[in-house]
Formats: sequence, C-alpha cells, structure tokens
Amino acid sequence: MKISGAEILIECLKREGVKHIFGYPGGVVLNIFDVLYDEKDIELILTRHEQGAVHAADGYARASGKTGVCIVTSGPGATNTVTGIATASMDSVPLVVFSGQVPTMLIGNDAFQEADIVGITRPCTKHNYLVKDINDLARTVREAFHIASTGRPGPVLIDLPKDVTTGTAEFKWPEQVSIRGYNPTYHGNKWMIRQAAQMIAKSKKPVIMAGGGVILSGAAKELRELAEIAEIPVTTTLMGLGGFPGSHKLSMGMLGMHGTYYANKAVQDADLLIGIGVRFDDRVTGRTSAFAPGAKIIHIDIDPTSIRKNVRVDLPVVGDVKNVLRDILKVIREQKGQWEAVRKSWLKQIDAWKKEKPLSYTFDKKIIKPEFVVEKIYEISKGKAVICTEVGQNQMWAAQFYKYDEPRKWLSSGGLGTMGYGFPAAIGAQIACPGKLVVDIAGDGSIQMNIQELATAVVNRLPVKVAILNNGYLGMVRQWQELFFRERYSHTRLDTVPDFVKVAEAYGAVGLRAVKPSEVEPVIREAFSIKDRPVFMDFIVDWREKVFPMVPAGAAIDEMIFDEEEKKPAKKLKAVK
Amino acid sequence: MRHTISVLVENKFGVLSRVSGLFSGRGFNIESLSVGETIDRSVSLMTIVTTGDDQIVEQITKQLNKLIDVIKVVDFMDVDHVEREMVLIKVAPRKNDKSEFLKLAEIFRGRIVDSGPATFTVEITGDEKKIAAFIELVRPYGIKEFVRTGKVAIAREGVKKT
Ligand SMILES: Cc1cc2nc3c(=O)[nH]c(=O)nc-3n(C[C@H](O)[C@H](O)[C@H](O)COP(=O)(O)OP(=O)(O)OC[C@H]3O[C@@H](n4cnc5c(N)ncnc54)[C@H](O)[C@@H]3O)c2cc1C
Ligand SMILES: Cc1ncc(C[n+]2csc(CCOP(=O)(O)OP(=O)(O)O)c2C)c(N)n1
Ligand SMILES: [Mg+2]
Repeated sequence: MKISGAEILIECLKREGVKHIFGYPGGVVLNIFDVLYDEKDIELILTRHEQGAVHAADGYARASGKTGVCIVTSGPGATNTVTGIATASMDSVPLVVFSGQVPTMLIGNDAFQEADIVGITRPCTKHNYLVKDINDLARTVREAFHIASTGRPGPVLIDLPKDVTTGTAEFKWPEQVSIRGYNPTYHGNKWMIRQAAQMIAKSKKPVIMAGGGVILSGAAKELRELAEIAEIPVTTTLMGLGGFPGSHKLSMGMLGMHGTYYANKAVQDADLLIGIGVRFDDRVTGRTSAFAPGAKIIHIDIDPTSIRKNVRVDLPVVGDVKNVLRDILKVIREQKGQWEAVRKSWLKQIDAWKKEKPLSYTFDKKIIKPEFVVEKIYEISKGKAVICTEVGQNQMWAAQFYKYDEPRKWLSSGGLGTMGYGFPAAIGAQIACPGKLVVDIAGDGSIQMNIQELATAVVNRLPVKVAILNNGYLGMVRQWQELFFRERYSHTRLDTVPDFVKVAEAYGAVGLRAVKPSEVEPVIREAFSIKDRPVFMDFIVDWREKVFPMVPAGAAIDEMIFDEEEKKPAKKLKAVK
Repeated sequence: MRHTISVLVENKFGVLSRVSGLFSGRGFNIESLSVGETIDRSVSLMTIVTTGDDQIVEQITKQLNKLIDVIKVVDFMDVDHVEREMVLIKVAPRKNDKSEFLKLAEIFRGRIVDSGPATFTVEITGDEKKIAAFIELVRPYGIKEFVRTGKVAIAREGVKKT
C-alpha cells in the first residue's frame, strides 16, 4: 500500500521510538503537521521560536540521553534553527532536525521561503541530507538517527522538499543501516590500554581530567571505579560536570579559565594527565605551550580529530570511554598496586591547595550575592535538581557553587556559549523528566534571548524554575571591561528592565522577587512548591560581583587572579539596586 | 611540507562542497584539487595537494575521515606512488624562435594541440618537477596563458625485492 511521504516520516519516527517532537509549522510542512494531528504516540510541543525548539530538543536529549527531534518549516523556520544546531554540534548532542523545503522543481530558483539550509548547516551538523526522492526517505531517516546517536554524537539535519512529503510510496523500513564511510571505533587498542595502565601505575602525581565524553558514553561508574581504585584525583571540564561526583573527596571541581585553584594547580604540577572524553578546549588549557608542563598525557577519545588537535599527547587511545575504562580497570586490578601508599603525599598536597584557596565569596547581609543564590538552590534542592544555565557569570557560578553528583543533571552551552540556551533547554529537560525539579540559572541578559518560551512552558504546565541573577548588566562582559578596559562599560548596562515579575505574570506564570539576602530562601522554597506552571525568580544581586578565580586570556592556567578586596573608591557608575 | 592526499568519496551531490568547506572552514590550505569518477560509479576519487606541518596534515586526514561521505583517505607521503598533472600552455613565440620552441616542446614530450597565426597550445603531462621545468623554459618565449588540471596520484604496485 502506498502512503504519503509525511506518513512515512511519522512511521519512521515511531520506529525510532520518538515520543516528543519540538517544532513550529509553516507552508511546506503543513502536511506533516496534518499527519501529527491524529497521531497518538507522538506529541509535538509547539515552541514560540524555532531556536527555542532546537534548544528544547537539545535539553531533552542531554537530560535523557535520547535523540532530540525538531520539525520546522523552510526559509526563516530553517535559518532560525542554525544557532541551536551549532550549539548542539559544539557540545556533541544527538539531534535530528527536519526542515521543510520548497518543491524539488523549484530548488535554486529563489522560490518563496527558500533557503539553502543544507549548505548553511553543513559546517555545524555531523551530517545533513536533502531528500530528493521519496523512495530514499525511510532509509535517510534511519541513517540520520544512527549517525546522530552513535560514535561522537551530533546534530543531523534532513531537508524535506514539499513534493517528497506530499508524494506517495510504499513504506520500506530498512532493518540494517550500513554506511561505508562511517565506522566509529568503540574499542581501544589492547597494547595502548596496557601502556595506559602501566603509566598509571608508575605515576606519582596523576590527575584525571574528565569531560563531556564520560557523560555521553554513560561511563560515570567506570570513571569512579578507576579513580577510587587507583586513588587518582579528578577534575572535570565544564561539560564533564556530573561525570564524577562533585562532592566526592577525590573531586577537585572544574579546571580552566574559571576552574578551581586546586584543580589548575594539580594539572600544572601533575606527572600524568589522563584526559577522558575531553577535547582540550582553549578555555581549559589556557596557553597551550604552558599547559601541564610536567605531565605525560594520555588521551581517551572516540573522535580521532580531538586527539592532538590542541595539545601534545603521549598516549592516544581511540575508543568509547566506557569500554576503554573497563579494559584499563581489568589490567589495573591485576596489578594489585599499593595505591594508597604511592598516592599519599600527592593527595595531601591537593588537600593543602584545597584549604589554601577554596572557592569562596563574601557573604553580605544587605545585598544578595549571586553565589549565595546558587548555594541556596543547591541546599534546598539537596543537589538533586537538573540545572540548566544561560551564559555568562550566571553559568560560571552555577558551575562553581552547585555540586553535580550525577550525570545529565548539568545542561549548559559550553562550546558555543549560547545566551538564550538555558530556558528552552529546561523546557525540553522538564518534558524528558516530568517529575524532576528543573532549574534554569539565568542572567538578566540571556533570559531575554528566548523569553517567549514562557508561553510554551505555561501552555504545557511545565513547572520549570528560572532563577534570574539580575545584576543589571551583561555581567561577564562587564567583568572583562572592568578588569581589562579600565571600567569603560560600553553597552553592557541593562538596568533592571524589564520587570521580570510582571513579564512572568503577563504570560500566566508566577513571578517572585528577592531584594534582600533574607528573602532568597523563602523565594526559592515558594518557587519549588509550585508544580503546575513555570516560575521566574528575580534575584536582584550585587552587580559588582565577579567570577573568580580567573585565568586571563593567553595566560597559563596557574596564573590565576583572585578577588582582591575592593580597594577602589566610589564607583563612577551608579550601582543597580 | 607538501602532501598529496587521495580521498575516496561517495559520488553524491554536495560532497565536493563538504570537502572544500572543511578546508576553508578550518583554515587548511588547498594547492590543487581534482575529482573524477572511478571504475565503481558510486564513488569518486579526489586528489588534493595541501601543505602544512605534521600536526596540521594529521588533522586534515582525520577531519576528512570524519566526513560521513568519505570512504578512504590516503596520504601519499608514506606511499610509493606515481603523480601526474597535465597543463595546457598557450605560447606566442616570435617568428625566429618558433622552431626552437617546437624542439623544446618535443624534448618534453609536449603535444601541440592547437595553433593559430601567432600561438601554439602545448599539452604537457608529467610530475611536478617536469612541469615546473617546462614552464620555466618556455617563459622567455612568451606564455599567454596556461591551465592546469591539478595533480592526480596512484600508488605503485608493490614490487617484491629479491
Ligand atoms: C563563558 C564560558 C566560560 C567557560 N569556562 C570554562 C572553564 O573555565 N573550564 C572549562 O572546562 N570549560 C569552560 N567553558 C566550556 C568550554 O568552552 C568547553 O565547552 C568545554 O571545556 C569542553 O568540554 P570537554 O573538553 O569535556 O568537551 P566536550 O565538548 O564535552 O566534548 C566531548 C569530547 O569527548 C569525546 N567523546 C564523545 N563521546 C565519547 C565517547 N562515547 N567515548 C569517548 N569520547 C567521547 C568527543 O569526541 C569530544 O572530544 C566555558 C564556556 C563558556 C561559555
Ligand atoms: C548569543 C550571544 N551573544 C553574545 C554573547 C557574548 N556574551 C557572553 S556572556 C554575555 C553577558 C551575559 O549577560 P547575562 O545573561 O546578564 O549574564 P551575566 O554574565 O550578567 O550573569 C555576553 C553578551 C553570547 N555568549 N551569546
Ligand atoms: Mg546579567
């Protein structure tokens, strides 16, 4: 029996186990939406902007480990997805994005709402397709889901010309996928694994640097075993938060530009650095020529291009983190090393660094410190919330002052640093995890980049909490202006505009505000008790607060600057109350 | 270092732009690129000449391999191989120089593929050195224009040493 391309598409999605799609309709996808109208097994969540749809699908994917799915129309619908796709691409998030396209006959004619989205997204997708023949549709969808979710995950876009979805064909589901140019390596080379185990055994001052790959691979358990058995202290990248329990005694928190003093010190002093599912981003390494100068580097990664892209590597192991760690663990267990004795002085040194300069801020009785808000959220949620973030200072404080003990509890745009990511991602995460507490830690600038998604959250009765650290500034940029541009705050002042409480209320959400430190806890408690709609918490925080430690651009990561006592006299600028 | 890299790709539309986009997007250098079908119609072969230090060329081959439509990548640096490029050169020698020029072309096994009242077009095939040498030698005769195909390369069949 012949069915329409739109029906074939939806049938494919069902076979892929898709339950939720985020999307926005338009001319050339009308018939796909028409099929969805009767569809019982798949729910489409209408966002209020296509960028919101992609970030929501991304949040859904990061929170659940499943592949996120979007459908948008051609032209502006498709181009609106680009930031979301690039965000997912940089952070290796599995997505399949369907964009409508003008009929094949019209492609290239500057037809109404035509955009070459395959061309536009080529550099920011893992792969993309233009389906020209309805008979290729099912196979293409199958391949797309396979590519998106395997190896190093990433977004895949499928462009669907209108005549392909309106035409008819027999439905044939390919049981097997075989793509001759795509064969990720999942198992590490045996010799390399033995070498790695030996290097670990020989090392006196090892450090594990764990990243997003640990979470993508589902290898938190194996990582913990390795760290505990061989007594190796662990630092994680921003993307690796939750890959190793933040409250574990071997945890040193995050390293890098805004990493902890002790993590950066340890990396610089280590004799062995074990990079696990990390890509040695410049925010992490600082000046690469001065990075981990005394360490041999082992790098475990599924993507060969990550290896030796930025830093020298002494022992590369290409493979899936989980498999590789299991194999290393086997060898390490045979070694029966006297780990405790060997590591004693190293762990003591790290403890000393931890005591010397812990993450800290100065509490104030009159004005709310943003770090205090994050700490309170941690305390009241008992560390169990799914935390999403926007970008800027809010993101860094959320990384520093909340401890992530499990994977997939930390959703943040690391690679692209997309302001406006957190709120729609929280919506996606809430749909993926209906019973869980989902909090977006936001800035007053970023939240305005996708604030329209309040409507999506209200209509779907999603109890997403948004904690706005309202400093009246594009704070992270202001911090750079203060430190490196002689306090010339060029175009970073926002003032407390708009009134976020009223905005929330206008959308039918709840708006709460805290101006004094004593109001912080009651506001958070009230917000957390609301279960049927979103809540905006507007925390009016100290605009002067900066993120520390900080490694200035081009410096080595142990050349950190810290919060000096505010020595300067009265500021020229009026403080935001 | 200059590397000649051969890339076996799916013969699909858009593949060339994936490959060239990779080079431009990542700031890799392309000196020449040639593409053609192979015996198997479903795949094409690209020959790319690029320059870069070891680390860059390692990235180039890895990044090429990462493209879904790329089936195989061979860096001829470590492979015994034959390279050829073809060039068409239009030269306008003066009357007195014509016979000398034609002799020169012959020495290089050039073929005259077109001639006009004042010009000859020579087809010349060879490796990099030969082509460079020929161009240098004919330059004094007055090159009007030339076009090059870009290099193609093929591995030598392994000969067992006895
Ligand atoms: C304002 C701002 C400040 C920042 N400051 C910092 C900072 O101070 N410190 C910091 O760490 N980051 C910081 N970042 C984030 C930074 O930009 C990078 O996003 C981050 O460091 C990358 O983390 P990662 O190396 O874990 O790589 P990811 O981007 O998470 O990449 C994962 C790696 O694992 C590999 N991988 C994927 N799946 C597997 C698998 N199954 N098996 C094996 N390997 C796999 C991938 O190939 C890739 O190499 C900041 C970002 C912003 C926006
Ligand atoms: C889409 C986008 N535009 C610009 C930037 C550059 N940028 C990085 S942080 C930042 C300020 C963010 O301000 P806010 O959301 O208020 O966060 P704060 O730093 O004040 O906590 C800006 C503009 C960005 N990361 N993303
Ligand atoms: Mg701000």
